[in-house]
Amino acid sequence: MIISVASGKGGTGKTLVATNLALSLNDVSKVQLLDCDVEEPNAHIFIEPVITRRETVSIPVPVVDEDKCTYCGLCAEICAYNAITVIKEHVLVFHELCHGCGACSYLCPERAISEQKKEIGVVESGQLGEMSFVHGKLNVGQAMAVPVIKKVKEKIEPDAIAIIDVSPGTSCPVIESIKDSDFCILVTEPTPFGLNDLVLAVETTRKLNVPCGVVINRVGIGDGRVKAYCQENNIKVLLEIPLDTTIARLYSEGLPLVTYMSSWREEFVGLYRLIQERLHEGSRSTKR
Amino acid sequence: MREVVVLSGKGGTGKTSIVGAFAALAQHKILADCDVDAADLHLILRPELKEKHEFWSGQTAFIDRGVCTECGLCRDVCRFQAIDNWIVDPVSCEGCGFCYHVCPVQAITMQENLAGHWFLSETRYGPLVHARLDIAQENSGKLVAMVRKQARKVAESEEASYIISDGPPGIGCPVISSLSGTDLALLVTEPSLSGIHDLERILDVCQHFGITTMVCINKYDINEDNTRRIERYCLTQGVEVAARIPFDNVITEAMVHGVPVVDYTDNGVTHELERLWKLVETRLNRKSK
Ligand code: SF4
Ligand code: SF4
Repeated sequence: MIISVASGKGGTGKTLVATNLALSLNDVSKVQLLDCDVEEPNAHIFIEPVITRRETVSIPVPVVDEDKCTYCGLCAEICAYNAITVIKEHVLVFHELCHGCGACSYLCPERAISEQKKEIGVVESGQLGEMSFVHGKLNVGQAMAVPVIKKVKEKIEPDAIAIIDVSPGTSCPVIESIKDSDFCILVTEPTPFGLNDLVLAVETTRKLNVPCGVVINRVGIGDGRVKAYCQENNIKVLLEIPLDTTIARLYSEGLPLVTYMSSWREEFVGLYRLIQERLHEGSRSTKR
Repeated sequence: MREVVVLSGKGGTGKTSIVGAFAALAQHKILADCDVDAADLHLILRPELKEKHEFWSGQTAFIDRGVCTECGLCRDVCRFQAIDNWIVDPVSCEGCGFCYHVCPVQAITMQENLAGHWFLSETRYGPLVHARLDIAQENSGKLVAMVRKQARKVAESEEASYIISDGPPGIGCPVISSLSGTDLALLVTEPSLSGIHDLERILDVCQHFGITTMVCINKYDINEDNTRRIERYCLTQGVEVAARIPFDNVITEAMVHGVPVVDYTDNGVTHELERLWKLVETRLNRKSK
């Protein structure tokens, strides 16, 4: 089963939920935690896994053999991202714009283009006791997060409960992380910003056809509009985490909640049970 | 004209509330919301929409099943696994056009994407350029570039002194796009280990692109040990810590009321924000072009 943990905006406690859920379920079942927030991966701070494998992620970028090139300009014409241009007797490749689609090397009539790997990030995997852990890191200055996310997701173990920490927002990296999930937990806070971004996140999961439920963090600040919205739209509030100085302090020190306030372990197991129930109900109603 | 972009690596550090405060404090400015994924600034500035423009960007392949002979070449060449059963999955398609170019019977067309909208609005505090990228669209970097371009246009015609931008989260393409050619980046962080980690990454990006940077520690009193760590780290990096804002519920309360915090109350938080803006303003003007 794949459960992704997302939020429209960052800083709502997505990583808090993902890491504590993983740690709580670790006693109950085989768990894998995957941090797909490759721009700002943070889960490892709370989990402190022993990293045993490190693989670089690269995309193929074109290299032009100017001895073979006739400067026909075809490559420049077909590249959808203007990553390659031909100026008089020179072919220039802008690696940071290239998506690595391979069209230019395949279509060059002179076979003048070959491909070379360009590193854009790394994927590290490891273990914390029984739990397996994977995260991706986009290299600084690189724009393309999606290939790194794909590489992280290749590591999903089908027999485990895979918990995915998703990057904030609603654009391509988020879609890539959430798609194929069985369920998506949306973490928000009871403020106008939280509500605004939750609405977008709900739309995103609906577009991907992934069932969702909500965790409200820092209950006690803000107002009641998030709850009202969930009720009106028939979205289950799976868990509420109060605004609490101990929780905030543990978080700021990178310490998992369930390790230091063990009563939360049951809360997170309960969260998982609620998800199971919802998925069970969902499959029953579609069968009918 | 000078441009400052407020960034935070991860969201939720109070970045938008700080931009909202700057909106109320700064004179002669244009506001830009570069968080095109999940824009929030409008919730504080409550803009009145003046113009709405379509943002077309990128393409998606489309297979005409009537023409397609099911030869499979398109599926074989596609590196994004976007073609299955002679149907293109628009979410996976990156619009590279490889399939379009190789199809032997010209069954594939490339169709332009309506990727979102950008808006020009009026607020109590001056003009605001903002945007909305449609869900599951790519090219957020290009929409950010569009927002900044339009903000500069308005700033020129109004002879504004400053452009104040609310930046996107992360360190990827929209962030890089929000940084190029800006005069100053203000990084908002909070004293948690993950906050520090995010700050290090975003600072790396700013340094990579040679952007002048200042740091603001929000909710500094939540963990003063970590605050000192951030300050030490900034010292070693030669980056100025411009402000330390205490944790205070008034920031959320002001958000609930839909006003900048400096217009909502007058206390330690707002004084620190006033001081911060003055400092940002001085640094912006000191940096001659
Ligand atoms: S398509 Fe090939 S021959 Fe033509 S300009 Fe590009 S690299 Fe040179
Ligand atoms: S591989 Fe694709 S994106 Fe890269 S330069 Fe060639 S055509 Fe352009």
